[in-house]
Amino acid sequence: MEKTWNNKAWFMVLPVLVLVAFSAVIPLMTVVNYSVQDTFGNNEFFWAGTDWFLDVLESDRFWDALTRNLIFSAIILAIEIPLGIVIALNMPKKGIGVPICLVLMALPLLIPWNVVGTIWQVFGRVDIGLLGRTLASLGINYNYVQNPLDAWVTLIIMDVWHWTSLVVLLCYAGLVSIPDAYYQAAKIDGASRWSVFRYIQLPKMKRVLLIAFLLRFMDSFMIYTEPFVVTGGGPGNSTTFLSIDLVKMAIGQFDLGPAAALSIIYFLIILLLSWIFYTVMTTSDAQG
Amino acid sequence: MARINLEHIRHAYGAKPKSEADYALKEVHHEWNDGGAYALLGPSGCGKTTLLNIISGLINPSEGRILFDGTDVTHLTTQHRNIAQVFQFPVIYDTMTVYDNLAFPLRNRHVPEAEVDRRVKEIIEMIGLGGWAKKTARGLTADQKQKISLGRGLVRSDVSAILFDEPLTVIDPEMKWVLRSQIKRLHKQFAFTMVYVTHDQTEALTFADKVVVMYDGQIVQIGTPAELFERPRHTFVGYFIGSPGMNVMPAAIEGNRAAVGSESIALNFQPKIAHGAKTELGIRPEFITLGREGMPVAITKVEDIGRHKIVRARFADRPISIIVDEDGEIPAEPRVSFDPKAINIYADSWRVGEEA
Repeated sequence: MEKTWNNKAWFMVLPVLVLVAFSAVIPLMTVVNYSVQDTFGNNEFFWAGTDWFLDVLESDRFWDALTRNLIFSAIILAIEIPLGIVIALNMPKKGIGVPICLVLMALPLLIPWNVVGTIWQVFGRVDIGLLGRTLASLGINYNYVQNPLDAWVTLIIMDVWHWTSLVVLLCYAGLVSIPDAYYQAAKIDGASRWSVFRYIQLPKMKRVLLIAFLLRFMDSFMIYTEPFVVTGGGPGNSTTFLSIDLVKMAIGQFDLGPAAALSIIYFLIILLLSWIFYTVMTTSDAQG
Repeated sequence: MARINLEHIRHAYGAKPKSEADYALKEVHHEWNDGGAYALLGPSGCGKTTLLNIISGLINPSEGRILFDGTDVTHLTTQHRNIAQVFQFPVIYDTMTVYDNLAFPLRNRHVPEAEVDRRVKEIIEMIGLGGWAKKTARGLTADQKQKISLGRGLVRSDVSAILFDEPLTVIDPEMKWVLRSQIKRLHKQFAFTMVYVTHDQTEALTFADKVVVMYDGQIVQIGTPAELFERPRHTFVGYFIGSPGMNVMPAAIEGNRAAVGSESIALNFQPKIAHGAKTELGIRPEFITLGREGMPVAITKVEDIGRHKIVRARFADRPISIIVDEDGEIPAEPRVSFDPKAINIYADSWRVGEEA
């Protein structure tokens, strides 16, 4: 069939292009603009070239925050993905239990980030929080305001509580799509529980797991609101992630140039890592 | 290999069956001989898959017992019954190679690797996937996948029985013939007990020694293809087997004559009819002669299907089908006669015997 060229069609995509321009391209370009220039107000700009980028890349502050981010995301993924799979495997497949479990699972996802932060900030307080007081009365020295380790543990548990459900729901969707015949065939073939998981359930969950993995990586790498509310980046700088550092730099110190440079570096890191994960996981998929 | 006895099996999917209608499978009491090839034939939803799953242990029957070679296996799990089953849609393990797929049931049972290799190589040649052994099963076509499913059923040499649940539904017609004859050959060679569920009568009739016809949750007739054709025990068997199916028409029985409309037809036996039963006369289109003598019919349509013609007509104001040879003539004033030997009389849908 002959292909029809109709240039009028471009008008149809125009509204979307305009929207995307305003929502993404223009703000991003503004940031690029700030990152290569210096300003002292009054709308006067001086060309700074790659200075801000070099500044950021040479500062310990950046590398420390980046390390914290990487460790945090690694821990989150290492806990939430396996835990999500285990919970999904054990959820009921039919009956009244299904809607009950699904609603319970969805609840944490419905709570706004800053509310989650506030809940755990209060929950963990040693003076009035249920968790903090209980631990204190058990003789455990827990204080997320003073002890970096406690702050980390609090943030990780909070994130696991908040986001494991997402992994569970995605995995569950993958699991219920497996026809009964597969389980019946596995029974007839004498497959063990582990074999059923390894050769039937895991391959069928692979695609949703890839999505879950990428979403959880990106979200945990960009985490801001919860640590900002719970610890404010402290104690010391122990929970100062890139996002928190960025806000301190841009709003607190009004260093727009370095902040813009950091933003771009941050964005590129997420893009690069996501691309690497995606490529690795899909090529292994193609090879089987 | 085993003889399978089903003793008063009934099954209902609901928890508390109240009436007979709640049973998906009404009482089945039957013996499957060791080494027999059986086809379970019936329309969708007649309970054939339920019966098959009861034999394989995927479903526990609500009532009754199952015996393999005289041992009660009713409460044994599928794994312990040593059954192979092939499903309607191909079930393969995507991430494994073709070879590993076939080896899977053996490895799970800790068969020595040398024996696994021997069996798998034999099966892989048989299903014609020799060149694909090292390939991942994911990229195969539907019929190749189904061949793997079949292969996994056949790979174990010690199974009590192999159950097939409409296994050729997704296969191309020409491949169907090949696979069907391969299954048949294997059956001759290894003499395993084989139960084959299908809704395709050709498949059932060419494949099995004994055909079990199911209808509405019960077995209506068990017999050789010839018996099903000549002496259908139930009008359903008459309709379902044969193409076109048997002509069944209401008839009033008096002694050894049957009255259909205003025509009176002589029978060569005297059926014994319980009082008040609904009586019908059944005759296959193959046994009706169309000619210049006999009872008048009005022809409505002639379908030429190659080897013979199907004549659709109205007889005593009811539609009937008649099969006429390809070169058989159709007279201007057509009349029909029924072969008395091929007439079956039904009372309340069940065939009435000649004994009376």
